[in-house]
Amino acid sequence: MKIALFATCIVDAMYPSTGRATVSILERLGHDVVFPAGQACCGQMHLNSGYFPEAVPVVRNHVEAFEAQDYDVAVAPSGSCVASVKHQHAMLARSIGDADLETRATAVGARTYELSALLTDVLGVTDAATQLGSWYPHRITYHPSCHGMRLLRLGDRQADLLRTVEGLELEPLPEADQCCGFGGTFSLKNSDVSSAMLADKNANIAATGAELCTGGDASCLMHIGGGLSRQGSTISTLHFAEILASTRDNPAPAPDALRGPARKTAHTTGKAG
Amino acid sequence: MSPTYLGMPGLPVYGDGNLHASEAFPAAARRELGNAQLRANLGHATHTIRDKRLRVVAELPDWEDLREAGSAIKASVMARLPELLEEFEKNFTARGGIIHWARDADEANGIVRDLIRDAGADEVVKVKSMATQEIGLNEYLEEQGISALETDLAELIVQLDHDKPSHILVPAIHKNRAQIREIFLREMPDVDPDLTDTPARLAEAARLHLRRKFLSAKVAISGANFALADTGTLAVVESEGNGRMCLTLPDTLITVMGVEKLLPSWTDLEVFMQLLPRSSTGERMNPYTSLWTGVTEGDGPQNVHLVLLDNGRSAALADEMGRSALHCIRCSACMNVCPVYERTGGHAYGSTYPGPIGAILSPLLTGITSEENASLPYASSLCGACYDACPVKINIPEILVHLRSEDVESRRGTTKVPGQMDVAMKAASWVMGSGRRMALAEKALPLGKLAAGPDRKIKKLPGMAAGWTQSRDIPAPPAQSFRDWWAKEHHDPGSEEHTELEEKA
Repeated sequence: MKIALFATCIVDAMYPSTGRATVSILERLGHDVVFPAGQACCGQMHLNSGYFPEAVPVVRNHVEAFEAQDYDVAVAPSGSCVASVKHQHAMLARSIGDADLETRATAVGARTYELSALLTDVLGVTDAATQLGSWYPHRITYHPSCHGMRLLRLGDRQADLLRTVEGLELEPLPEADQCCGFGGTFSLKNSDVSSAMLADKNANIAATGAELCTGGDASCLMHIGGGLSRQGSTISTLHFAEILASTRDNPAPAPDALRGPARKTAHTTGKAG
Repeated sequence: MSPTYLGMPGLPVYGDGNLHASEAFPAAARRELGNAQLRANLGHATHTIRDKRLRVVAELPDWEDLREAGSAIKASVMARLPELLEEFEKNFTARGGIIHWARDADEANGIVRDLIRDAGADEVVKVKSMATQEIGLNEYLEEQGISALETDLAELIVQLDHDKPSHILVPAIHKNRAQIREIFLREMPDVDPDLTDTPARLAEAARLHLRRKFLSAKVAISGANFALADTGTLAVVESEGNGRMCLTLPDTLITVMGVEKLLPSWTDLEVFMQLLPRSSTGERMNPYTSLWTGVTEGDGPQNVHLVLLDNGRSAALADEMGRSALHCIRCSACMNVCPVYERTGGHAYGSTYPGPIGAILSPLLTGITSEENASLPYASSLCGACYDACPVKINIPEILVHLRSEDVESRRGTTKVPGQMDVAMKAASWVMGSGRRMALAEKALPLGKLAAGPDRKIKKLPGMAAGWTQSRDIPAPPAQSFRDWWAKEHHDPGSEEHTELEEKA
């Protein structure tokens, strides 16, 4: 199958290893990955902040970039960006009365998948250890992000895949369905409330005893990880694609290696596992 | 009868009363967040109701069908509101009731005042009502020398404490038993000085306090949960029975109701009598449902008045994207699941309607006119829990985003200097409108390292981004973007274009 990768702006600019992991997983399954070079961003930030006219060129660019290339399905390692492509692009086109763009955006949205949905629903991955060679011998917990959970109805797909990674221990996260408080520009405009939500999320993460928290949205993980880092926590964050891509031969960094070089010396308590 | 402007485009009559925040949400939220007791009370109460609701909703195999039915009935009511209102008026009047139309809070308050004076009363008992909270009736009547006594226990607690409700269904959600005991001891004239804070003793004190008033009041004021057009019937749904005392004992009954509360017929009520109690209190059925149709000689109130309130509802109805906010049956399920409400409480929203529904309803009723109310649609992380919980399927996140765009548009073209967010969004739009420009911008990413400390983390950012670094680090950007890595590792037509660009750069 020919699969077009939508890296998303945050993965492209801030977390390229998540993009590389996504490519690695798909190629390991024998698929042909292409990267439409014209892509930039889904425009979710503009749309959710109410900047509709500013969102138009971003959405138009996404539609043009993805319809320009020949592929079977597109995939992104992000629930919220896929939700934007699937639910918001056609709506924006309709609101500006551009019927042509609406049709094209709907077509692009229809064949765009969130990574875990593509892996389980289309590519038939049921056991990451045997089908992908996934190996990550650490104790982790998992935060399901809001848009994946409520807009895409991903259910347990991400967690189910993680459970089949060799060596991995998955600790259930209390109040997992609660928002981490990121919310795009919400974290800037209502920083106090966002911080209060984050504090509760991170207290729940700490209570699991896990070494690392994973999830399917780089932005939520940046928020959670940023808060943990500020607290001097020993817990780090990593996208689930990188855990699925991790093998014995080419392992993803261990949780303690993800915390940054200067932090290591600051830790006095030993880590579990 | 004064004219109404239902759904007439170009003639928005915005609402007034207790719908305006007096300060912007972020500032109010910051203050409320500082109250640890409030947060503990709220967290406990919302989690309790939340869990109860989930349990009783799970009992119904057709819950999703019920939500769909509720939403469809409400949508059809909004589509033919003028004709249904006329049908209701005809049937209500034919059975001895009297209708008054009020365009806004001022008109409604004036009508109620005149009716109380006509009845020769200077004291009224009240059934818990959001509509009268919305128009600020109690405060208005007090100015006119009329005392209005709340009879719902939680409303009474809030009223005695000279406070404002913090929740639609549980107005005293922000107070605990010890606080309530202190309020009773301080504010109830004949209260037992040995009053303890056990719920039964507190309820008994309130009962004794209220009983005298029920038996002596000549006028009662209520809201209504539903109005049935085909028979001209009004309905109040409650838990304590105080409402039924008010609805049956006094001689004059004045009901104030928003025009959107209408349902076409009795058969439609069945859907909502399942949706409302389960969504609001997490109960299968509420203890008291009172329905009254006009006047019955020798039984119950002999003067029955209904004030039909617009107060911005026409304006909300004229908003194609926002009008489904009028489906709201005031169950408060959205606020019980909202992570923002859970931490700030209702007062931060500054309006009678707090939580997610308040964040859309208040600005829809008033228009995005003030900076304070324009801050409400941003009081959400768009997590979507409210939409999932809403028994009539109001797509609150979608309406929040719509109102944000209205706010952004309202600031365009004004002489005001664009804010940081406006400038940043414009710049990001230009960069993100092209893969080439995005690639160019990413060339500057390694510069981000300069802002990071030796641990490769950014701990302080300027301007509006300072909100982020208040409690969170940002990792230093990587040396190489994904796009660059791809271009070097994978040779495909896309990367050729990219390599050219690199050379130009």
